[in-house]
Amino acid sequence: MRYKQKRRIKFIIILAIIAFSLFLFLHYGINLGLDLQGGAQITLQAQPTEDREIDDSVMAGIVGVIERRVNQLGLSEPLIQREGSDRILVELPAVDNPNQAIETIGRTAMLTFRNDDGDVLMSGEAVRDARADHDQYGRAVVSFTLTSEGSDRFANITREYMGRRIGIYLDDEQLTNPTVQAVIEERGQITGYDSVQEAEEHAILIREGALPVPVEVIETRTVGPTLGSIAIQRSIIAGLIGLLIVGAYMIYYYRFPGVLAAGVLAIYGAMLMGTLAGLQAVLTLPGIAGLILSIGMAVDANIIIFERIKDEMKSGKTLRAAVDSGFKRAYITILDANVTTIITALILAYFTSGTVRGFAVTLGIGIVVSMFTAFFVTRNVIDIFTGSKLMQAEKAFGVRKG
Amino acid sequence: MDILGKRKIWYIVSSIVIGIGLVFLLINGLNFGIDFIGGTIMEFAVEENVGTEDVRAVLQRIGIAEDANIQETDQDGLRGIMIRGQALDSDEIVAVEEAVRDEFQNVEMLRTDMVGPTIGQELRINALLAMLVASIAIVAYISFRFEFRFAAVSIITLMHDVLITIGIFAILGREVNTPFVAALLTIVGYSINDTIVIFDRIRENMKLMHKVPFIEQANSAVVDTLPRSINTSITTLVAILAIYFFGGASLQTFMLALFIGMFAGTYSSIFVASPLLVTWQNRISK
Repeated sequence: MRYKQKRRIKFIIILAIIAFSLFLFLHYGINLGLDLQGGAQITLQAQPTEDREIDDSVMAGIVGVIERRVNQLGLSEPLIQREGSDRILVELPAVDNPNQAIETIGRTAMLTFRNDDGDVLMSGEAVRDARADHDQYGRAVVSFTLTSEGSDRFANITREYMGRRIGIYLDDEQLTNPTVQAVIEERGQITGYDSVQEAEEHAILIREGALPVPVEVIETRTVGPTLGSIAIQRSIIAGLIGLLIVGAYMIYYYRFPGVLAAGVLAIYGAMLMGTLAGLQAVLTLPGIAGLILSIGMAVDANIIIFERIKDEMKSGKTLRAAVDSGFKRAYITILDANVTTIITALILAYFTSGTVRGFAVTLGIGIVVSMFTAFFVTRNVIDIFTGSKLMQAEKAFGVRKG
Repeated sequence: MDILGKRKIWYIVSSIVIGIGLVFLLINGLNFGIDFIGGTIMEFAVEENVGTEDVRAVLQRIGIAEDANIQETDQDGLRGIMIRGQALDSDEIVAVEEAVRDEFQNVEMLRTDMVGPTIGQELRINALLAMLVASIAIVAYISFRFEFRFAAVSIITLMHDVLITIGIFAILGREVNTPFVAALLTIVGYSINDTIVIFDRIRENMKLMHKVPFIEQANSAVVDTLPRSINTSITTLVAILAIYFFGGASLQTFMLALFIGMFAGTYSSIFVASPLLVTWQNRISK
């Protein structure tokens, strides 16, 4: 009776673990990396200029401007974070035109008004607002208004340059180069756009101001939504096929305990998904590879345990005694073997970034969960079934006579 | 079964494979991809009638990436064209995309990767650094849990596995990118994992069978753990093969590296690691 009670409690604990994992998975869901759901990732590096070095206030300024640009572009769930001393990582999930967005975000966007000789007469700091608009002929334009100080200056400039040309530049790109025909004070227009959308991009850049120093785009990774969905479909198929073959092999080789191992593997899969969801880890394509690898290690832990039990049975112990001492001996082996892999995963996560770090993190989580599975779930499942006839069968664990 | 007695044969086998790999590595080097040397890759899904020469004509017209390498690709039945060249600026990338969209119908941008040269250099340095630090940490852990000679032999064994993987990639001329680095580090972890399971049994035999010579303790450890070594490597390699064949193009290089490394890892844990321990022991006792 005591044995049966214990068995019932173990059974309930395992069911509770499965239920909790499924709850986490369904409640939080798995965060997909940009390579799986599509999107753009940009790494920017701030470039020092003659009169500005890169320090925290410059970096904070860049992050501020980029945040405003990203928000103005209407992109959802962006991630903007500093990396190291002079870099900024921008992640844009589900962006329609990723390459265009990258170009807009990474521009210095210094607005200047220049004369024919290229001398700067006034800069973008004098601009208070800029909007995409249509002019009286229906053409797409950027309408800008100047600050009161800017209005005074621009009035003087246009008076001085009457009948001559004043070019408006965004960085080194000439936007328009009109001849001054009247004194302009508060409002002006930039013409020459093919579409309102194009005008809107420039309006955002002018309105939100220039970056304090130029930035260089040192890395971009862009994945369209189609490729992302192909990648995720294929890796799910590959993972399932892999799991099925591994399960079939375990059953063929270890018989009934193999069936239990396959069941434990399924529980492991549920726990892994639950843990990833609960920790809000981001799953990337290499991350899926890390998961599949950790499944391999979870199977390995079961194989080590079964082989140990088999050895103990060969030396003449009863099933229950063999299970006891087999587990005890397998614990140390599994611990030592997995700790070294965890060390590698930690170091990998520390030294790398992006997708490789995703791989290291999922591998690390996978191994920790697999150790828990081996030490707790496999142990209890085997205990629950130790009394059953299937377990006592001669061929169980693949023990051969003689 | 006497595995350790024939250790000279296994040393020769390993030396030949590593030797051939090193020769190729010295002559051809590794085929580094854009992650290491910098560059741009743009891939578009296009209709059947668009060929590489049509795309080259577009690039020549706009005067960007004219000398790029242009290939046809297949993403799960989706026909694509891949442009691969030097690192481009953001506005050049947009110009290429717009020109391709204007020229052909039903174009979809599949992916764009641009890596600047500094990033590539950092990847090389960080990869080496990660490998070095991981090795030191592992030596420390194994020395603490076992003995120093076990740690030293594990490091030789993992270098064996890494060298074989790099060597075969040099022979095949397959392109290596960031995932290759991840694969190498995984191989490091797996190689150690595999070796330790056997070392753990040797450690146990040294207590249980203290009257017999070391070579017999080690040999019986290798033979007793053989079913585990074989079963584990079969299940892992099968899982890797499944991803290789069904997981799509983006994972193939990664899986190939893992397959070679894990195969080498299983071989070396049986035929290199324990034999080296015996050789070490014999040298000391002389």
